[in-house]
Amino acid sequence: MSTSPSPDVIVCPGGPLLLRGEHVIADEDGVEHVTERPVSALCRCGKSASRPWCDGTHKVLPEKDRP
Amino acid sequence: MSTLPKPRGPLSEALLAALASGHTDLAHVDPDSPEDAALSLWVLHELSYRGYDAVDDRLEHDPGLVRLRGRLEDDLERRLRECWPGRPAYDEGFAEAFFAWVAADDGPSLARHVQREATADQVVELVQHRSLYTLKEADPFTFALPRLPAPVRAALAELQYDEYGGGRPERLHAHLFAEGMAALGLDATGCGYVDEAPLEVLEQNNAMSLFGLNRRLRGASMGHLAAFEAVSSLPSRQVAQGLDRLGLPAEIRAYYEEHVEADAVHEQVAVRMICEPLIAAEPDLEDDVWFGAWCCLDLEARLARHLLAKWEAA
Repeated sequence: MSTSPSPDVIVCPGGPLLLRGEHVIADEDGVEHVTERPVSALCRCGKSASRPWCDGTHKVLPEKDRP
Repeated sequence: MSTLPKPRGPLSEALLAALASGHTDLAHVDPDSPEDAALSLWVLHELSYRGYDAVDDRLEHDPGLVRLRGRLEDDLERRLRECWPGRPAYDEGFAEAFFAWVAADDGPSLARHVQREATADQVVELVQHRSLYTLKEADPFTFALPRLPAPVRAALAELQYDEYGGGRPERLHAHLFAEGMAALGLDATGCGYVDEAPLEVLEQNNAMSLFGLNRRLRGASMGHLAAFEAVSSLPSRQVAQGLDRLGLPAEIRAYYEEHVEADAVHEQVAVRMICEPLIAAEPDLEDDVWFGAWCCLDLEARLARHLLAKWEAA
């Protein structure tokens, strides 16, 4: 097994950004959101109805519109 | 603690008598219907979850009952494997192939029905059926935890920590569902609705327990988990919208709203950080990962077809 620490920020191809641990996210309007889970998923497609969090909407976008 | 259900045939009747008496040689008793077999297996599995008020906890590992459980589990597994079309061929990475395979599933959707058309009575019936699993949400997969290689164990523990409320009992998913049930006027203590459960609900639950309780099926358990998470986030929003349309209590809506965001995380963790590294560490398990995932979608489609046909006919 690798001895280097596992990543805390993981980019999911075509999907969200996973964030491990506690973070405060400032959204486009400067509003702050505090993570509440061991791992959180941040929207990267811009179409989530729960932004800044991912709600799975990327999966119904045409492939060219996915991040 | 659960309450024992009503029997549905000679095997479940003999099993309930055996649980009361402790005389557990049931080798010569056969089920007379799929319901009789499925209920018997559900009753046996429940000994490994919450047990029953009136039953000696030591019967969980009673040789006669373990033998019967094995017989019923073998039959369920054989029937599922006979229907399984096999794992899909793919060129890209596992995660991309898995998400594409789930997206191609065109089974009937109970969530879409709840969103657009369901009556309040239908929603209450669905909540009762879901309660068999959801009051012990995530538990079947926890049984697999110590049987997985280290990186997979770490990822599953992280996922389950969220399922179990991240250290806060009031956020435990099973508890959120129990609060929703109580707000609907339903009994959320133990398992009050097993007598109402159709065969399809019993088999959904039995498959999850079969995979979780048997170490050799840990690949199927993790595949099932990944498929379950991957078809949850958007459908949970549809259900929440349906509950809103019907003016049903905020507590039950809150359970589904929580799953929109939670499962958008969990599907990525389950596919990329659990199944993919599991297959890398134990390549022989890949078939079972896909098999378990297929079982999840197939058993849900069977339940959806059953309920939608029943409601259509009413």
